[in-house]
Amino acid sequence: MNRVRRGSASAAPYPKNMTATAISAEGLAKHFGEVAAVESVTFSVLRGEVFGLLGPNGAGKTTTINMLTGLARPDAGTIRIAGLDCTARPRAAQHLIGVVPDDNNLYPELTGFDNLRFCAALYGMRKAERQGRARELLDAFGLAEAAGGKFGGYSRGMKRKLTLAAGIIHQPEILFLDEPTTGLDVASARQIRQLLADLHRAGTTIFLTTHYLEEAERLCDRIAFLVAGRIVRTDTVENLLQLVRGRYVVQVTCTRTPPSLAEKLTAAFPDFGFDTAKPGLIRVEATGPVHVGPLVRFLEEAGAEVVEAVRLRPSLEDVFVQITGIEAEAMRKEKERVRSGE
Amino acid sequence: MKRWIAFWNILVKDMRTYYLKPPNISWGLIFPLAWTGMFFVKSGAGPESLLALLPGVVALSVLFGTTSLLAVTVTFEKRNRSFERLLLAPLSLELLLLAKTGGAIIFGVANAFVPVIMAACLADLSHIAWSTFVPAVLLIAVASTFLGLVIAVAVSEVFEAQTFSNFFRFPMVFLCGLFFPVESLPLFLRPLSYVLPLTYGADLLHGAVDSTNALPPVLDVSALALFCLGLFVASLGNVKRKWIL
Ligand SMILES: Nc1ncnc2c1ncn2[C@@H]1O[C@H](COP(=O)(O)OP(=O)(O)OP(=O)(O)O)[C@@H](O)[C@H]1O
Ligand SMILES: [Mg+2]
Repeated sequence: MNRVRRGSASAAPYPKNMTATAISAEGLAKHFGEVAAVESVTFSVLRGEVFGLLGPNGAGKTTTINMLTGLARPDAGTIRIAGLDCTARPRAAQHLIGVVPDDNNLYPELTGFDNLRFCAALYGMRKAERQGRARELLDAFGLAEAAGGKFGGYSRGMKRKLTLAAGIIHQPEILFLDEPTTGLDVASARQIRQLLADLHRAGTTIFLTTHYLEEAERLCDRIAFLVAGRIVRTDTVENLLQLVRGRYVVQVTCTRTPPSLAEKLTAAFPDFGFDTAKPGLIRVEATGPVHVGPLVRFLEEAGAEVVEAVRLRPSLEDVFVQITGIEAEAMRKEKERVRSGE
Repeated sequence: MKRWIAFWNILVKDMRTYYLKPPNISWGLIFPLAWTGMFFVKSGAGPESLLALLPGVVALSVLFGTTSLLAVTVTFEKRNRSFERLLLAPLSLELLLLAKTGGAIIFGVANAFVPVIMAACLADLSHIAWSTFVPAVLLIAVASTFLGLVIAVAVSEVFEAQTFSNFFRFPMVFLCGLFFPVESLPLFLRPLSYVLPLTYGADLLHGAVDSTNALPPVLDVSALALFCLGLFVASLGNVKRKWIL
């Protein structure tokens, strides 16, 4: 327990050029009964940075965001948001932050327009400003046509977009997003990423959680991998990718694969690693360039019909797998299954 | 200023959104109305007996109106998690709870005047001490709203909230001297009456309508004020404990 009481920090404005750290968390821990949701999480996010928290289901991402935003009290550890001590007073920085929760929790009985106006009012915006900003965001998210419809009747994608709009209506300096693009179609997800990139350019500090490693790779300056309530690694995307830079991965697509191919391949090419878990696909990993000629010839002789062989760019996904030992694909599949079962 | 914009908008949204929700209509409007109508018809048109009934039905309308509305405003939003938006807004929990309860208090006060208007058509109400009656209604509304808040925070479903409220509401109808004086209750029940806020509210109303109060008005008002404060502090503590995980 580390709880410091401070009496005077409440009225302090955001110290514009005083602190370079927007969010700092030290030794955060949170238990729910027997379950340790978060254990000893430490990181800091610089002003203007996009910081991603990645991890599988139940890793503690939402719990971490809840603690940072004042919806949950940490059992241990300290939190500072924009220099304000939020440990003893979890809601001290509410005026500086915007939150997009994992759930689309706007008011089903209100229209899209009224939802946004109401959220603006929660932050004390005046009437004219509320209207203008609501219209602006409805346009930006392509929801102008649906503005008069009730939120309860929106499609899931529309709901997600309006929830995002509600989170930024008051132009917060620090924005928290819990899985911003989960449940969106490709075009909408792109649109959201574009929007986040624009906010980033405008200087907003962004803290997000996601399962989409491509998304994190594209958006984030730095990433923390959270597994079972602990951060196993924090680094810039650049440095993380460096870990797998020296690795070469070739993916070979075949129409027919003979039985026990993996053993034969391993015997013939002992320097390479082979993964034949997916039918019709052979993943070849090596520490140096892979000459595909001998490989293709061997495969054809063994009875396979090779369609193509491509070199894969190393991605954050490989880093994630390497660091955590968790198959990224499996993690996403599980998530999709959970979502569609709702 | 900013936080008052938030306060006002929360209040107005709740009134717009929830006044006409079915659970509120049935328990908050129709039930007290039916009860009032039944009593008025049964009283057989004698204006004195009607006046004697008025405090009871007014208190009942306020009690059911406020607690029903609160059961809806709080439990609905807790369930679909939109309440988290309010918790994330930059306003103190005290002000937030006052905004959430404000709509219910206004509803309760408005509800009180339904039987008053009905009675005005049937009897002469000019002898009522309105300067006591109106504050009494307001105090009852505040106290029962905060009681409703304690209940609403404790449960998670709207129907649970209504059922759980009835557990308190119905005994209060009989224990709080609404329709017959507390003195006519069996001796062992009387202490129970005096730990319920409505007893003091009903007593104030009886005093205002036909001077049949059992306690001095100052005592009634102080007791009600204490209940309001105590219940508010209790709900605030509950919110901090249960909703900020
Ligand atoms: N309110 C709660 N009560 C009890 N246990 C909880 C609560 N919230 C979270 N947990 C537990 O804490 C752990 C972490 O949950 P959390 O929601 O933070 O994970 P997550 O990383 O956000 O997962 P997901 O990717 O599925 O959103 C889980 O084991 C979960 O069951
Ligand atoms: Mg989550």
